Amino acid sequence: MSQIKIPIGPQHPALHEPESFNLTLEGEIIVEAEAKLGYNHRGIEKACESRNFIQDIYLLERICGICSHSHSTCFVQAVEEIAAVEVPLRAKYIRAIIGELERIHSHLLWVGVAGHEVGFETLFMYAWRDREIVMDILAWISGNRVNYGMNTVGGVRRDISPEILEQILGSLNTLIERTEYYTRIVTDEPTFMGRLRGVGKLSKEQALSLGAVGPIARASGIARDVRQDDPYGAFSEIEFRISTDDHEDVLGRTVVRVHELMESYRLLRTLIENLPEGPIAVKVPRKIPVGETLSRLEAPRGEDILYLKTNGTEMPERVKVRAPTLANLASIREMLCGAYLADFPIIVAAIDPCFSCTDRMIRVGNGKNDNLMNWQQLREYSIEWHKKQGLDLGQIK
Amino acid sequence: MNVQWTLLYMFVFPGFLFLIAYSMICEWVDRKLFARFQNRIGPPWFQPEADFIKLLSKEEIIPDAADKVMFRLLPIFAIAAVLTAFLYLPIWNTNAIYSFKGDLIVVFYLLTIPTLTFFLAGWNSTSLFSALGSVRNLTQLFSYEVPLLLSLLGPALLAGTWSISGISAFFLKRPELLVVNIIGFLVALVAVQGKLERVPFDIPDAETEIVAGSFTEFGGRLLGLFRLATDLEMVVVATLLSAVFLGGSFGLHPVLGFIIFVVKTLFIVCILTLFKTVMARVRMEQMMKFCWKYLAPIALIQLLINILVKAYFL
Repeated sequence: MSQIKIPIGPQHPALHEPESFNLTLEGEIIVEAEAKLGYNHRGIEKACESRNFIQDIYLLERICGICSHSHSTCFVQAVEEIAAVEVPLRAKYIRAIIGELERIHSHLLWVGVAGHEVGFETLFMYAWRDREIVMDILAWISGNRVNYGMNTVGGVRRDISPEILEQILGSLNTLIERTEYYTRIVTDEPTFMGRLRGVGKLSKEQALSLGAVGPIARASGIARDVRQDDPYGAFSEIEFRISTDDHEDVLGRTVVRVHELMESYRLLRTLIENLPEGPIAVKVPRKIPVGETLSRLEAPRGEDILYLKTNGTEMPERVKVRAPTLANLASIREMLCGAYLADFPIIVAAIDPCFSCTDRMIRVGNGKNDNLMNWQQLREYSIEWHKKQGLDLGQIK
Repeated sequence: MNVQWTLLYMFVFPGFLFLIAYSMICEWVDRKLFARFQNRIGPPWFQPEADFIKLLSKEEIIPDAADKVMFRLLPIFAIAAVLTAFLYLPIWNTNAIYSFKGDLIVVFYLLTIPTLTFFLAGWNSTSLFSALGSVRNLTQLFSYEVPLLLSLLGPALLAGTWSISGISAFFLKRPELLVVNIIGFLVALVAVQGKLERVPFDIPDAETEIVAGSFTEFGGRLLGLFRLATDLEMVVVATLLSAVFLGGSFGLHPVLGFIIFVVKTLFIVCILTLFKTVMARVRMEQMMKFCWKYLAPIALIQLLINILVKAYFL
């Protein structure tokens, strides 16, 4: 059978963010896959260098709409490490509570998306309805459903009142009940399981060599979790179990996520019950001393890494973010080769991709028109181009 | 039967106008019920009409490389085939407006024409996603067509006639024999999911894989007509199943018979919605395997049962 090339993305119903995949098909089988980044670069790292540390927290929080707290926590941890600030224990616990709530809403969202990708709309609607409970909790605590704005250098900005803690504990029971129901769906529903089992195989060796992180690695049987490998914040005091699975496929990734949900509920209950009294923040000077550090954090999608270099001023010298999707992107190719085209959406969705978070500038050269432009040149080029079209934008300053 | 009555039957009731109105109601029932099952509110009763009118008012965009005449004609072919099929189905009594020996086969093949037009529409669109969708259309046709025909054969064999009206009339006399066909009815219900391209067999227009399949390049009026054809197909198939497996209207007084018709078709629509709610989309090769490995043999068992029943009890 002859091969056909089919482009999926940057605009495609299966992808919720711009990302280009070029698939080579033989019939319905994918024989070659290539992924191309670079459609949604926002220049956040560069923008951080011209803002002070407090402003950067809010900027970095907007890297991702789902795991916003992870990115900002990763950043403040790095700043606190360089400034040698000891964060109050209560602040650490509150950070962990928000982090776990974020994991819960991210995973519930993912369960819904997985349902949608395999045409199981009912699961999608149910999971997203139950996710509202977590969103409400986050809104009670922080006033926002996404981008909570809880972190600050030296602690957190808002305390959690005992009434809200009571409400959270009450809502947890509903969530546990619903998640048990999803666990049953994931392990019992024949058409759903038929679509997940044996799809997007990634063996333990491949996962190790390609550096998979988060639920992808755990579904291939690697017990890898920063909360345990390199404990940060409240996790150095709290015991929890890493959920792993040896299916090595999309079913395994689903099972891992559903189990992580249950583990997160348990963890949340422990955190709330042991929430210590005390201040929620310490004062940190605006200028951070010279230094550099690497901060790691287990985001819902996997390990988030942030590199920070400071120069003694109130602005960072360099901020570098490695979102978990970038680490998992390498394994997508392995998972796609040999799969059916019909499985493409669920395989890509199974890494819980966040392409905008992970996106970086790339330079695509074809040898002939291979020139780099700076901002000024680009602006002039654009003005010239529009003039040729009969539109003079040169007057606009 | 004089000319006015014939025209009335064909264009107003139970033909064209009634069928369109009823298919929109069925679509609404399907959507509303689906929404309620999923804990959503769902659309108001006039949503299908509003969608249809909106689509009719939109611009027609036809790809440059496509054959323009064919592109425009295919939706009309689909609708015409489905409407013609409906004329052979009994509605408020056991007799259809037109019926002859062998109309079961004719209806069955008229119902295949929409699928073929979907295939041609996709192939003619000259787009990658459309081409993939149309190939899936045809592949799917080969997997559900045989079990569906086999399951329809059962009642025909029992009644000893190839006429749908004849089958209805037979079950009117021997209603107890309807129970015999229960397996065939279930097989037909599942196979019909493939014919109507609904979850779990909505493979040809799997949104997350190949955008809208065959209809990717269609928009505006033409898409509206295709959607109408799909709706009509659902009603016609529900009527067919109700006539063949559920004994039609039991030959009651026209008004009561009509009510029974509505109840039965809506019942079948509700079952189809239930299937849609509780399942995920399967893969093409899974569907093939399922249809040939399980559905076709079960339909054959039903045939065997019918032969035995006919030999010993009739």
